[in-house]
Amino acid sequence: MEDSLKEHCTRDTVVRNRQKCKLNESGKRLTQTKPLQPHSGVCDKSKTNDPTNRLASNGTNKRQEERLRSPCSHVYIMVVVVVLSVCTRFYKIDEPAHVCWDETHFGKMGSYYINRTFFFDVHPPLGKMLIGLVGYLTGYDGTFPFIKPGDKYEHHNYLGMRGFCAALGSCLPPFAFLTVLELSNSTSAALIVACLLIFDTGCITISQYILLDPILMFFIMGSVLCMVRFNTQSFRPFSFSWWLWLLLTGVCLSGSLGVKFVGLFVILLVGINTVSDLWMLLGDLSLSLVGFGKHLLARVFGLIILPLFLYATIFAVHFIVLSKSGPGDGFFSSAFQSRLIGNNLHNASMPEYLAYGSVITLKNMRIAGGYLHSHWHLYPEGFGAPQQQVTGYMHKDFNNLWSVKRPDNSYDYTGTPVLVRHGDIITLEHKETTRNLHSHSHKAPLTKKHQQVTGYGINGTGDLNDLWQVEVVGGKKGDPVKVLRSKVRFLHHSTGCVLCSSGKTLPKWAFEQLEVTCSPYVKVTPNSQWTIEDHINPKLPNISLSVLKPTFLEILWESHIVMIRGNSGLKPKDNEMNSKPWHWPINFQGLRFSGVNETEYRVYLLGNPIIWWFNLFSLGLFVVMVTVTSVAVQRGMNLQENQKAHYRILKEGGGMLFLGWILHYLPFYIMGRILYYHHYFPAMLFSSMLTGITLDIFLKNFDIIFSPSIAKYILRGGQLVLILGVIYSFYLFHPLSYGMTGLLAHDPASSMAGLRWLESWDF
Amino acid sequence: MFKDLWLTKSRMQCVKVKVEINVLLVAVTAVALFTRLYDIQFPKAVVFDEVFYGQFLSLYMKRVHFIDESAPPFGHMILALGGYLGGFDGNFVWNRIGAEYSSNVPVWSLRIIPAIAGSLCLPLGYLLVLELGYKHLTALGASVLLLTENSLIVQSRFMLLDSVLIFFLLLAVLSYLRFHKAHDSSFRWFWLVMSGVSCACAVGVKYMGMFTYFLLLALAVVHIWQLLGDRRLSNAKVAAEVLVRFLALVVLPVVMYLGFFYVHLTLLYRSGPHDQMMSSAFQASLEGGLARITHGQPLEMAFGSQVTLRTLSSKPVPCWLHSHKANYPVRYENGRGSSHQQQVTCYPFKDVNNWWIIKDPGRHSLVVNSPPKPVRHGDVIQLVHGMTSRYLNTHDVAAPMSPHLQEVSGYIDFNVSMLAQNLWRVDITNRESDREIWKTILSEVRLVHVNTSAVLKLSGVSLPEWGFKQLEVVGDKINKAYQQTGIWNVEEHRYGRSQEQMERELELKSPTHSDITKNLTFMAKFLELQWKMMTVKNEESEHKYSSSPLEWITLDTNIAYWLHPSTNAQIQLIGNLVTWTTGNIALAVYSLLLLIYLLRRRRKVLDISEDSWEQLVLAGVVTIGGWSVNYVPFFLMEKTLFLYHYLPALTFKVLQIPIVVEHVYTHVLRSPAQQKSFVGVILAVLTSIFVCHHNLSPLTYGQPALTSDQLTALCWKESWDLLLRRR
Repeated sequence: MEDSLKEHCTRDTVVRNRQKCKLNESGKRLTQTKPLQPHSGVCDKSKTNDPTNRLASNGTNKRQEERLRSPCSHVYIMVVVVVLSVCTRFYKIDEPAHVCWDETHFGKMGSYYINRTFFFDVHPPLGKMLIGLVGYLTGYDGTFPFIKPGDKYEHHNYLGMRGFCAALGSCLPPFAFLTVLELSNSTSAALIVACLLIFDTGCITISQYILLDPILMFFIMGSVLCMVRFNTQSFRPFSFSWWLWLLLTGVCLSGSLGVKFVGLFVILLVGINTVSDLWMLLGDLSLSLVGFGKHLLARVFGLIILPLFLYATIFAVHFIVLSKSGPGDGFFSSAFQSRLIGNNLHNASMPEYLAYGSVITLKNMRIAGGYLHSHWHLYPEGFGAPQQQVTGYMHKDFNNLWSVKRPDNSYDYTGTPVLVRHGDIITLEHKETTRNLHSHSHKAPLTKKHQQVTGYGINGTGDLNDLWQVEVVGGKKGDPVKVLRSKVRFLHHSTGCVLCSSGKTLPKWAFEQLEVTCSPYVKVTPNSQWTIEDHINPKLPNISLSVLKPTFLEILWESHIVMIRGNSGLKPKDNEMNSKPWHWPINFQGLRFSGVNETEYRVYLLGNPIIWWFNLFSLGLFVVMVTVTSVAVQRGMNLQENQKAHYRILKEGGGMLFLGWILHYLPFYIMGRILYYHHYFPAMLFSSMLTGITLDIFLKNFDIIFSPSIAKYILRGGQLVLILGVIYSFYLFHPLSYGMTGLLAHDPASSMAGLRWLESWDF
Repeated sequence: MFKDLWLTKSRMQCVKVKVEINVLLVAVTAVALFTRLYDIQFPKAVVFDEVFYGQFLSLYMKRVHFIDESAPPFGHMILALGGYLGGFDGNFVWNRIGAEYSSNVPVWSLRIIPAIAGSLCLPLGYLLVLELGYKHLTALGASVLLLTENSLIVQSRFMLLDSVLIFFLLLAVLSYLRFHKAHDSSFRWFWLVMSGVSCACAVGVKYMGMFTYFLLLALAVVHIWQLLGDRRLSNAKVAAEVLVRFLALVVLPVVMYLGFFYVHLTLLYRSGPHDQMMSSAFQASLEGGLARITHGQPLEMAFGSQVTLRTLSSKPVPCWLHSHKANYPVRYENGRGSSHQQQVTCYPFKDVNNWWIIKDPGRHSLVVNSPPKPVRHGDVIQLVHGMTSRYLNTHDVAAPMSPHLQEVSGYIDFNVSMLAQNLWRVDITNRESDREIWKTILSEVRLVHVNTSAVLKLSGVSLPEWGFKQLEVVGDKINKAYQQTGIWNVEEHRYGRSQEQMERELELKSPTHSDITKNLTFMAKFLELQWKMMTVKNEESEHKYSSSPLEWITLDTNIAYWLHPSTNAQIQLIGNLVTWTTGNIALAVYSLLLLIYLLRRRRKVLDISEDSWEQLVLAGVVTIGGWSVNYVPFFLMEKTLFLYHYLPALTFKVLQIPIVVEHVYTHVLRSPAQQKSFVGVILAVLTSIFVCHHNLSPLTYGQPALTSDQLTALCWKESWDLLLRRR
C-alpha cells in the first residue's frame, strides 16, 4: 500500500513536469508562477508585469535550463524524504511487544471485524475496518483479547497492523513536501517542512502503533495535497488530470470522514476553498453561465456526491461484515438487532400479544434510548424523594426485566393468561427488586419540568401512584398490545403524565445511566414511546416473529445518532487529568503510551519541543508578516517583483494552511467531550507546513535590510542552522519515541536527564 | 404621505424640519414612557429575578462585599443607585418570588431606572434606523414595533437589567454610526467617545454586552482598513486616526471596566457571605470577617507558632489542613491496606482541629522563645497537630483515594518498623529573597517532605464515610509543577505560650488576638475577584422555565414572572407572536435578497445603485449582525438559559423588519399597483400586531385578572405554560 502510493506520487511529479515542458511557453510560465490563479488562461496578455515574464524575456535560456533541471532535483529530494520517513517510522516498530495505550481499543475492534461480531464505537468504521483487513491479510487471527494496555502479544502477529499504520504515517512527510512545493514553488520551503515532520518525535510515535490517527492524518493530508493539485490544474478545466485530482480529493475526503468525525474539518477547508474558487469563476465574465454551471456540477459531483456515496459504502461494508451479535447490540433499536445472528431478536420466537403475568423488557423508541431499568439504589438527597432509582440503561441486563401485573389482587396468575389491551390500567413490577414503577409530583433529578419516576412498594404492593394506563399509539380501546411492533405509551393514572426518557445522562450516583421521567407534556414523541422487546410468558405459545427489517438508510441514520450521542457522552471524569486545548501548541504535556516506572519500557508521546515551539513562533511570525505587508500594500507602497510574488504565496498558500490550522484547532475549545493531546496532531501538520512557507520567505527577504550578498549568506546559514537544529533536537529526544528504560528523567543519572525542560513532562 | 410632506417641507425650510423630527421623537418617547411606567408599582411583590438582584441590592445598601459570578458590578450599581435615591435601607429578605414588599422597600424608585432605560430604547431605535439612511416613516415603524413588543415591556417594568443592557447596546451602535457618518463635524469625536463609554457600560451590566462590542470593533476594523486605503491622507494623519479609535474603543472601555470594579470594591468594604471563596489576604482587607480574627496577628512565623493552614486552591472548596482522632481504616473497601495511622484531611469549616504548631526538629519545646526565632524559606520544620500532638507525616503508602500518591498521616508508632518521616522543608513560592521569613497570610508556601521530596497537596477527592466526607490530603512526588492545590498559606497565627498539652488545648480554643493589618492593592484585588468570577461555576441545573436557544426563535417558551396570590392575574414573559414571526420572515427575505444581489453583482448585473447596496449591507451588518452575535453564542453555552437572554437579539431583529420593508417597497416592487397592495399587507400586519399586543397585555401588565377560559384561549402555543388556578 505504502510503496505503491509513494511511487504514484513521485511518478506523478515527473509526469506533470514533463507535460508542462510540452506546453506552449506562456502557459508554462503561468502555471509556474500563478498556481492559485483559477483562470489564468485568459489573462496572459494583461499580465505583462508578471515577474517571470520579464525574467523570461531577459533570459529565456537560463529559465529553460532551470525548468529542465529542477524536476530531477525534486525527485532526488523526494526520494531522500521518502526513505528517511520510512526509516524513522519503521525503526523498532516491534517494540514494545505489548499493547500500548489505545491499541487496546482499536486492536480489539480490528479483531471484532475479523470475528465478524457487532460492536459499538463513537468513530465511523473505516479506520478500524482497514486495521482489521490488514490484520487478516498479514496473518492475525483475531484471537488476541486486547484487554488492557501492557498485555503481552506473545505469538500473536501484531506487526502487520502496526506496519500498516506506520506506512500511512510515513506518507505524511512526502505529502507535506509535495503540498508545500506546489503552494510555494520553493524547494527549500518544502524541504524544511519535510524535515520538521520527519524528525518530530510526536509524529513518529503516533504513527508506530495500531491507532486511528495515522490513518486519519493520511487522508487529511491526502485531501489537502489533491486539492492543491486540483487548484493548479485550473488553467485546463475538464482535462484528465483536472478530473483525476478532483475525484481523488473527493475520495480522500470520504476517507477522512470515514475514520473519525474530525475529518469534517478538512471537508470544511476544502469546502471553503471550493466556494472561493467558484466565486472567482463566477466573477469571470468571459465564462458563460452554462460554463459556470458545468464547473459547479463537476464539483458537486466530485466533492459531495462521490464522497457521500463512498461514505455510505463504507457503512454498508461495515454492516455486512459485522453480522453476528456482539457487545454493541443494546445501543441499537430492536429492529436493528434483529439483523444480527445470535441476537435473541434474530428469527425471534415469543408470544405475540402482551398478557398479564408476562415478564418483559421495555425499550425506548428514541434512538439510543435504552431499556427501562431499576436497581437496588436510591435517589440521593436533593434529587427528589429518596426512593429506588429508575433509569434507562443501554446494555442488556437482568435488571431490565419487569412483570406486568393487574392492580387488583383478584387476578389469578395461574390460569389462562388475559391479554393486556389499550386503555387497561396496569402496574409494572421490577422483577429483581419487586418494586413497582411509580411516579409522584416531585421534580425529576435533571429535567426539572418533569416528574420523578421511582421504584416503590415491596413485593408488588404499593399505592395509587403505581398505576399506569397502557396506550397503543394509533390504537383504539380494546386493541391488544403486540410485542415488538406496537409503540406503547404509559400514562400515569393519577397525575396524567407520560413515562419518558429525557435522554440526559445522570451523574455518578446513578452510574451514568439515562434519566427516566414522567413528562406532563403528553405530545407523542419518540421519547415517550416504548416497545416491548423481550416477552416471556410460558403459558402462551411462542410464535416466530419476523420483525420489520430496517432499510439501509434507516440503520445508517440510526448508527449516526448513536455515535453522536456516544461522542457527546464522553465527558471528562472527575479527578482524571484532562488535557486542555491551550496545552497543545506549547507542547505542555504529553501522553504516556507505555510504561510508568523505572523498570518498564517507556514510550511517551510528546512532540519534539524545538519543532513545536518553532511552529508556534512561526504562527506569530506569519500573522505579523501578513499584517505588515497587507497594511503596506493598502497604504500604496510599491513592492518589488519578487516581494510581490512572496506576498502572494504567503497570503494565498499560507492563508490556506493557516485556515486549516484554525479549523483543526479552535473547534476543540467549544467541544464538551474529553480531549487528549493527540487531537492536536492534524492541526500540527498544517502548522508545520505554514512554518515551512513562512520561514522560507522570511529568510529570503533579508535583502530588505542587508546587501544581497550578506542576505544570501543569511539565507543559506539560516536554512542550515534550522535543519541541523531540528536533526540535533531529534537526536536528543529520539528515546521518547523509540523507548526508554532505566531511571526517570528527573533523576540526574538518567539518560534523559536535563531534557525535562518543562516540569509537566513526565517521562 | 408623510414622506412627501417631509420632502416638501425640507425643501422649503430647514428649521421647520428640525421641529418636525423632534415632535415625532418626543411623541415616541412619551408613549414609550407611558407604556413602560404605567402603574409600575404593581405588583407590590417580588417579581421573578428581582429575587436574585434584590439580594445584591441589599448587600450594596449595607456595604457588604459579595461576588456575583454571572455579571460585572455596574448593573448592580445602577440598581443600587435606585435604592439609594429611594432611601432603601436594605432590610428585606429576598427569598421567594411573590413575597409582598414591606413598606420600607421603595418599589417605585427601584423599578424606575430600568423602566426609563427601556423606554429610551424606542427613540434610540428610531434614530438608529434613521442613521442607517432610512426614512422617517420607516424609523417610526421600528419604534411602533418596539412599542408593541410585550416581552420588552415586561422586562423593562421590573428591577431587572436587560432593558438597561439593550439601552447601552443601542446607544453604542448609534454613536458609532454617528461618528462614522459625520466626517467633519466637531461632534465626531464626542460620538466616538460616547460609543466607547456605552460599550463599557453594556459590558459592565452583563458580559453578554461583549458580543455587540466585538461586532462594533469588527466594524471599526473594516472602516480603518478603508481608511488605510485612502491614499490622499498622509501617514501621520492615518496613524492619528487609528490611535484615537484605539484609545476610545479599546483603552477607554478597559479603563472604565476597571473603574466599575474600583467603585465596587470601594463601596463594599464589609465582609460578607462569599468571603470563604476569597483568599485570606483578600478577606483580611474587608472590615469584619477574617480581619476581625487576624487583626493584630504576629506577621512573622516563628518556631512554636500556632497556625491554621489554608489551601490556595478553591476547588472543590477552600479548606484548612485538618486532623482528628480517627485513624485510616486498616483495609479499604477495595482491599488495599493503609498505615492505620491518624487521618489528615482538609476541612472546609473553621475548627479547633485545624490548628498546627510549627516545631523546630532540633528542640523539644512547643512555645515561642523570646526573642522569637523566625522560620525562613528553606528551613526544615515539623508540624504538630495542636489537639492530638501527632506529627504530620508522609510515607511510601498509597493514599486512600488516589493510590498513585502518598498517604499523609498523623504519625502513630505501631512498632511495625515503619519509621516516622515527619520533616518538612518550607518552600516559599512567592519569595523575593532566598532567606525570606514566612509571613502570615502573605507567603504562599509549599511543604516539601524531606525524605521523599513529596509535596503536601490537596487531591480534590472526598473521603468516604470513615473520613467524614472530608477532603483527601496527599503527598505528590511526581508532579512538582506549580499547582494551586500544593500551595498553602497561614491564615490564623499566634505565638504559642503554653508548654502543657491541657493549657495548649485551652489556648487553641480561645480566639486569636494581636496586632497588624495588611492591605492589598486594587489591582491585586481586582485580579483575584475577576479570576474567581471566571472560575467559580454554578452547578448546572435546569429550571422550570429554562429553555434552549432553539425554542426562542419561534417563541415556544415563556416565563411566569408573577402570579397573584388568589386570582388568575399573572405576569408572563411572552413576546408579541406576530412581530416575532414577521421578524423571521423579514430575516429570510433579507438573506434571500442579499444572496441574489451578491450573485448578480458578481456577474456585473447591477439591480440597485451602489449607494443603496452599501446602505443595505450596512443595515444588515448592524441589525442582522447584532441579532446573530447576540443569539448564536448561546448555542455554545452550557449555563442555564432563559427566554430573556434573547431580548437583546430580538431588539436588533425587530429593527430589521422596517428596513427590509422599505427596501422591498422602493427597490423590489416596480409597479404602483404592487406597491399599493404591499401597503395593504403592511397595514394588515400592523393591525394584527396591535391586536396581538392588546390580547396579551393582561399577561404583560398583570391586570386585569383573566378567567380560566380566557387564559386557556390565550394559550396559543401548546408549549406555553400559563398558570391556571384550580378551584
